[in-house]
Amino acid sequence: MSVPPYQWSLREAAARIRRREISAVELTRTALARIQAVEPAIGAFLTCCEADALAAAESIDRRMAAGEDPGSLGGVPVAVKDNICTAGVRTTAASRMLESFVPAFDATVTAKLRHAGAVIVGKTNCDEFAMGSSTENSALGQTRNPWDSSRVPGGSSGGSGAAVAAREVYAALGTDTGGSIRLPAAFCGVVGLKPTYGRVSRFGVIAYASSLDQVGPLTRDVTDAAMVLEAIAGHDPADSTASPRPVPAYQDGLDAGVRGMRLGLPREYFVQGMHPEVDRAVRAAVGELERLGASIEEVSLPHTDYAIATYYLIATAEASSNLARYDGVRYGLRVPSANLGEMYERSRAAGFGTEVKRRIMLGTYALSAGYYDAYYLKAQQVRTLIRRDFAQAFERCDALLTPVAPTPAFRLGERIDDPLTMYLSDILTISVNLAGLPALAVPCGMDSDGLPIGLQVIGRPFDEATLLRIGYAHELASDWHRRSPLP
Amino acid sequence: MRYVHTVGIHIDEVRRIATLARLRLEAAEEERLCAELGAILEAFERLQRLDTAGVAPTAHVEEFGAPLRADEVTNLPADEALLAGAPARDGRRFRVPKIIE
Repeated sequence: MSVPPYQWSLREAAARIRRREISAVELTRTALARIQAVEPAIGAFLTCCEADALAAAESIDRRMAAGEDPGSLGGVPVAVKDNICTAGVRTTAASRMLESFVPAFDATVTAKLRHAGAVIVGKTNCDEFAMGSSTENSALGQTRNPWDSSRVPGGSSGGSGAAVAAREVYAALGTDTGGSIRLPAAFCGVVGLKPTYGRVSRFGVIAYASSLDQVGPLTRDVTDAAMVLEAIAGHDPADSTASPRPVPAYQDGLDAGVRGMRLGLPREYFVQGMHPEVDRAVRAAVGELERLGASIEEVSLPHTDYAIATYYLIATAEASSNLARYDGVRYGLRVPSANLGEMYERSRAAGFGTEVKRRIMLGTYALSAGYYDAYYLKAQQVRTLIRRDFAQAFERCDALLTPVAPTPAFRLGERIDDPLTMYLSDILTISVNLAGLPALAVPCGMDSDGLPIGLQVIGRPFDEATLLRIGYAHELASDWHRRSPLP
Repeated sequence: MRYVHTVGIHIDEVRRIATLARLRLEAAEEERLCAELGAILEAFERLQRLDTAGVAPTAHVEEFGAPLRADEVTNLPADEALLAGAPARDGRRFRVPKIIE
């Protein structure tokens, strides 16, 4: 029996379109049918744009018929997290505040996906304004983990992780401010890449914490992540933080192997409290890379213990400033009021959910007169120390290997009433954002309940190529990425 | 909320911050946030024990400065598309409550 098209990798789907074995319209129809079949159980999407997707696919087929190149992602159905603007398609950030917001323009990453020929089939669920670790903070829908419907998909890009794992799309974009691509990738058993700060434009991405936010792909394997990164990376005149460095051909050299590489294990990332099966799976992956010729050594990132506090002060401070724009004046929710001040307060009270209000309050506090030095400035200083830890480790190592999270996917409802415990879900991912580094999450095992476990590979700034090479070597030696939660 | 906190933040402080953040909170929300923020700040107290004298703060990690682009208009007029999302409008203007008596 042949493999159904929705089980193909992105690379295979793009190659088959190029060889005219299937048309873009046919492939898009199979994806839309798959979405219709599995969405009642998964809930990965907030908006599905069937008509737009079929029109985009038709245009790819016409281009090919005219002898033109369909693009590196030509005709392949993909999804975009709903905090990334799509012209003419509702973009909500999973918030009541933006429930009916329709952007007038595409984010740069959206435009780049379209330019590469990708067919955008819908917008994926996430935690409201990307604030959360489980997607339970969405005001507009619940997403379930495709491996176990009683568990969270991770967050904040939970819809993107679930959509890729459930084979609804071949790739999805996510955003990662403290782990929001890597955590759902690990919990859903897919590949997730958080690029270096500055590698990918954020123009048109709804801002959460601007010194930390990055956009990246969630895919079924490492090759697909390389393909999507290559399509979306690069300088953008509309985002001055997007680096002018040239974008490498990430697929070249993927198979160069890890022989001679020096890989570090940060001892602070292998601590008690970690699920024993996570520890075992990650150490097995490390052993495999050593067998393939990498040398492994223990390193120390001594300020790791301070990362959660540092992150949650800096991120919330920036969020309180970024979210000041939601005032009910030009777009978004407005609660009609007699005067302007009351309109601001009532619109924001009605439009923002519990976690968003909590973070705005914490951030406003950290920035307010009398507390700025003790909290915000202090956190920025500790951020410098965390960056130095990594710089020192990278003097000796080409990359660092860690788990993505201390546990596999937790249960829906398990942490939602306890913000501090929820924040601890990010303990192994947030330092990477504070230091602006790239990191790759790849599936590296399953626990005894059949839940996926993720390996995190952290690299030097702008060295995504090395991370992808390590991930690819691991992938060749294992078959975790081939496992599918649904038939 | 199961936290017991000692660092604490006074309810009047919660109200002051809510005013700064332009958030109208219900009484129950104020009390819950008072307990939660107190517990979160207490957990974050560890930062205060770290000596950071002489450490420069990191505001962002980019190292290539801020590239400039030519001062040219590149976007097309999109007033109708932008006004289409207005909560209230009056022709080509956004309608808001009166701010000057």
